[in-house]
Amino acid sequence: MLSIKNLQAKIDGKQILNGLNLEVKAGEIHAIMGPNGAGKSTLAAVLAGREDYEVLGGTVELDGVDLLEMAPEERAREGVFLAFQYPVEIPGVNTTSFLKTAVNEVRKHRGEEELDAVRFLKFMKEKMKTVDMPQSLLKRALNEGFSGGEKKRNEIFQMSLLEPKLSILDETDSGLDIDALKVVANGVNTYKSDKNAFIVVTHYQRLLDYIIPDFVHVLYKGRIVKSGTKDLALELEERGYDWIKEEVDGVSA
Amino acid sequence: MSFINSLDTDFSNLKELREKALTSFKALGIPTPKNEEWKFTNIKKLFDVDYTKGAKSKLSNEQVQDVFIPGLEGNKIVFVNGEFKAELSTINPSNLEISTFAEAANKSSEVFAKYYAKQSNIDDEAISALNTAYAQDGVFIYVPKNKVVEETTTLYFITDATTENVVSYPRNLIVVEENSQAKFVEVYKTIGSNNSLCNPISEVFVGKSAIVEHFKLQNDVETASQLSSINVDQSTSSVFKQHTYSFKGDVIRNNLTHTLNGEHIESHMNGLYLLDGSTHVDNHTNVDHKFPNCESHELYKGILDDKSRGVFNGKVFVRKDAQKTNAFQSNRNVLLSDSATINTKPQLEIWADDVSCSHGCTIGQLDKEALFYMNARGIGRQKAQALLMSAFAIEVIDRISIEALKVHVEGIIEARLG
Repeated sequence: MLSIKNLQAKIDGKQILNGLNLEVKAGEIHAIMGPNGAGKSTLAAVLAGREDYEVLGGTVELDGVDLLEMAPEERAREGVFLAFQYPVEIPGVNTTSFLKTAVNEVRKHRGEEELDAVRFLKFMKEKMKTVDMPQSLLKRALNEGFSGGEKKRNEIFQMSLLEPKLSILDETDSGLDIDALKVVANGVNTYKSDKNAFIVVTHYQRLLDYIIPDFVHVLYKGRIVKSGTKDLALELEERGYDWIKEEVDGVSA
Repeated sequence: MSFINSLDTDFSNLKELREKALTSFKALGIPTPKNEEWKFTNIKKLFDVDYTKGAKSKLSNEQVQDVFIPGLEGNKIVFVNGEFKAELSTINPSNLEISTFAEAANKSSEVFAKYYAKQSNIDDEAISALNTAYAQDGVFIYVPKNKVVEETTTLYFITDATTENVVSYPRNLIVVEENSQAKFVEVYKTIGSNNSLCNPISEVFVGKSAIVEHFKLQNDVETASQLSSINVDQSTSSVFKQHTYSFKGDVIRNNLTHTLNGEHIESHMNGLYLLDGSTHVDNHTNVDHKFPNCESHELYKGILDDKSRGVFNGKVFVRKDAQKTNAFQSNRNVLLSDSATINTKPQLEIWADDVSCSHGCTIGQLDKEALFYMNARGIGRQKAQALLMSAFAIEVIDRISIEALKVHVEGIIEARLG
């Protein structure tokens, strides 16, 4: 589904990704772990098309389509979803009407009929159950005054509405207590199917107890330096990242 | 200034005041940017045009229908080129008296004589002097004591500039007596592509414990300019809310002068300007806190695109006796283009020591993070911008208490933002 080859990117004059390769197939969950500053969030941002980042080389294809040539909204319509680490508060924009606009933009792109208010509400109500999204939040301005957990829940809720092929969860676990974490994980597990895939960016292993990855990759200095199964995450939890750094830096020295 | 010589003295009882105002205007001259109050608004070009005053209009009743706000019920008073149009107006006043300015002036009613031109500074304000010298017609509204006027009274000032350049000087006097309530809307619109200049004054007297709302809508054509004044005098325990919405025109100057003549007064000034093309809008507000325990709230928001230009100048005086004053002022702007400009200047002069006053002005672009967030959900750039701009404007729009007017203004914004 997703094929990243030799991806290099920089921000503010500093190169962060240094030739990253990753293949993700439908039905798979890939966890990306790594020490601070390794480039985890940069990878998420570059995939979603954040314009502050400059791609220096490499290719990213989603089902054979070149993602890097597309504007962020086109990527979203093609089926890329980024769950933000810090969802943006947008005062004055009603959550429900925002969601309806987004869903209809994506549906239009897919050649599906746009949903009118009544059908959208019905569709939304079905999805609300999966992430236990309270109705009251949907009547408020987008993310405004939401707690950290509510914001992350809203991200997963949006994912379930937009039905993306590829979801990138950027440190969705940061700042979440265990109950909120379970709700978020449940949302992901409910949505997961053999037709979609996930990239789960996280600093900690705990999230992976609830969202079980097929593969765990360690990102360091802008490249994937080690890949394994979920056991690798446990090992990292136990041993930290220093041994990885030594391995890599030792080899390159 | 050819039109200056065409002074007619149709209302003899105003003759003296007119002459005084004209003398004053001639002495003051047309304000230039050298005058601090006109630093960012040059109106010279408006006076280089040959206008006809009181030009006869050939517009049919059908041709002006688009000016009227759909669904806005109540009293409707229509003027075309300064002339009252009874056939276009619907006046069924309950609890208030409506007459044209000309009728009131000629009848020389006691109330009219008591309030007329009392709140307009013709000695220092050139545009007030100009109107006072030439005022043709307008509306005199009188709400006696203890009346609740449920219906809205809407004043339409239509300029027919289809065949020539037209100038008009509407003059309105609104007197709401003690413990009464009323709502007013003023709409200005030019039809035709010749130049038009409108120089209106509305004087509003808000009696003790009265509650008055006043709305002004400026969604004109690109060749229409306006030099406008709203002069308000509030008595003890009264509430007055003024709202000004400016969308289009050539050069628009709005003076809003607010005198708080009593204690426990509440004053609200809300403004929204959504500008594109080369429209220039200058909002000058002046709030004078004379007595203790009053509050004034000022919120002006602007979105400026293309080469449009905005000016906000907010003066607040808190006099020595006006202890426990709460005065708040906020002016927030979003610039959508590199060629759009805004000059914003809060001016607080505080002579009392126990007050709570604040002011703030911001100038920015649309929030990039918010735009990206929307893009990342499949919403394209243009639609995302429109959503953010509507969100920015909604704080002001939500304060419109007349549903039909609110829907109308929302429609203008929606059409503009696409």
